[in-house]
Amino acid sequence: MPIDPEEVRHVARLARLVLDEDEVTRMSRDLGVILDHMAVLAEVPVDDVEAPVHASPLPTRLRPDIPEPSLDRDALLAGAPRVEDGMFRVPRIL
Amino acid sequence: MDGDATLETAASLVGVVAAGDLTARGATREALDRVIRMDASLGAMVHVSAERALARARQLDEAPPAGPLHGVAIALKDNICRAGEPTTCASRMLTGWAPPYDATVVRRLEAAGAVLVGKTNMDEFGMGSSTETSAFGPTRNPWQLGCVPGGSSGGAAAAVATGMVQVAIGSDTGGSIRQPAALCGVVGLKPTYGRVSRYGLVAYGSSLDQMGPLARTVADAARVLEVVAGPDSRDATCMDEGPWTWAPRPIAGMRIGVLTRLVEGPGLQPEVAEALAKAMAWYEAAGCTLVPVAMPELAWAIPTYYLLATAEVSSNLSRFEGMRFGLRREADDLGGTLERTRSEGFGAEVKRRILLGTFALSAGHQEAYHGRARKVRQLLTEAHDRVFRDVDVLLSCTSPTTAFPLGSRLDDPLAMVLSDVATVGANLAGLPALSVPCGFDRKGLPIGMQLQGPRGGEAIILDAGHAYERAHPWWTARPPVAWDLQPLAGGTRA
Repeated sequence: MPIDPEEVRHVARLARLVLDEDEVTRMSRDLGVILDHMAVLAEVPVDDVEAPVHASPLPTRLRPDIPEPSLDRDALLAGAPRVEDGMFRVPRIL
Repeated sequence: MDGDATLETAASLVGVVAAGDLTARGATREALDRVIRMDASLGAMVHVSAERALARARQLDEAPPAGPLHGVAIALKDNICRAGEPTTCASRMLTGWAPPYDATVVRRLEAAGAVLVGKTNMDEFGMGSSTETSAFGPTRNPWQLGCVPGGSSGGAAAAVATGMVQVAIGSDTGGSIRQPAALCGVVGLKPTYGRVSRYGLVAYGSSLDQMGPLARTVADAARVLEVVAGPDSRDATCMDEGPWTWAPRPIAGMRIGVLTRLVEGPGLQPEVAEALAKAMAWYEAAGCTLVPVAMPELAWAIPTYYLLATAEVSSNLSRFEGMRFGLRREADDLGGTLERTRSEGFGAEVKRRILLGTFALSAGHQEAYHGRARKVRQLLTEAHDRVFRDVDVLLSCTSPTTAFPLGSRLDDPLAMVLSDVATVGANLAGLPALSVPCGFDRKGLPIGMQLQGPRGGEAIILDAGHAYERAHPWWTARPPVAWDLQPLAGGTRA
């Protein structure tokens, strides 16, 4: 069952994606097909199941507190689309 | 078997170079020549670093051969960071971006003497099972150019199948090493979650992702895992164990569980079922016990995988906002720039998965979808743990079908992911799994057999795969596109 196009637009806004009308129609159909297939999970008895917070069964470890050089600033900035005075240049927000 | 076929493995190449019959430079030139001659018709490579590879080979020739991969040509899937080399994830979003650092696997491969020759094509950000969602265009299956190579590590599988490289490193979130390995007739190993450091792998589904080798033989895959496995302070999910090593052991007495629904029955191409039946009969004759395993919980695997993977996608891919790396499309304000950058940078499949994951995590749906999927994952993990109390190895198909025609599954949002039915379980439960060639269908397309093991059980699945491979050297067959290759001539090319 296709999902409501308004819901598709809402989710797209959350994900910072802009969809044209064709894409909204297609995603509404595609997500509907996929979610119908997910319906099988609704039948699984999970009330007593405790989901682990992490996939790894290992305990969290800390690495030794030894200072190491971090990545070079110029090298990091070299991949940025816009840079100014050794910083990422971003759009105004105020 | 061709006279020179043995030179196509890492193990034999290292031996030949060590004996002085071929230089690392000669081996690297041969690899680069093969890329030039074959890749125009395959599209397996998205970036070739010829000069850097030759310079590295020259260095290796000046030092005595030492490392276990001395002179071996290796290609990296294009979501693995190598300093100064384009790493695009086959996306417009990262076109032209080069990372400032090496992935841990890259450092370990180079320290072992490997010569990294370039980057391989993939589904955009790893999202697909056919390598058709790549912004660079598809890779073709070397056995039949009208078919897909599988995915998402399709370029890696095609490059190994044609002998352009002895080994490629792929990544596997739901089958992306194993399924292309099966469809291209090579060996693919997804290690236990935490066996190989994920530092420097562009994240797709962080709780599922694992890097591993695609190779011609099981022994080569093991050799590469010996090099790249091990703890890394840069990845907190890495297993805190000493070096991992492997030496093949006999398989007589091994208990092999057979996932009945994934070796026969509906949805399986009959030739795949026939090839698996022969392999099972061989194992039985070799002294193994076959144990039928039903595992009805597997019916939940694809929905669970799809919900969890896409939720992690929606989170992981939020970092692509046009500020720190890659594409930026300016608009009037911050929001407009974010939206334009992401809408123009991502392809349709990536958007579909981001939207699904965002939906599954959004207010009002989170508990019903993502929360429930996490719990079902726990049930699936426990179901696998139970099975491995009674069996040593779990056998199934890798893919229910052989390679399918280009374009045939792109329009159906489910057809592609449903073909991952045999592979996603190992990712959800964090288990090691190996795909080994086990024959060809009537069209001449390769068939793969999957062997899964318990957490940390790489050695036993490699034992099982290696024994089968020795008795069935399917890997020595060559795809038609590689038939015109001249043999690797010892020394003369050096």
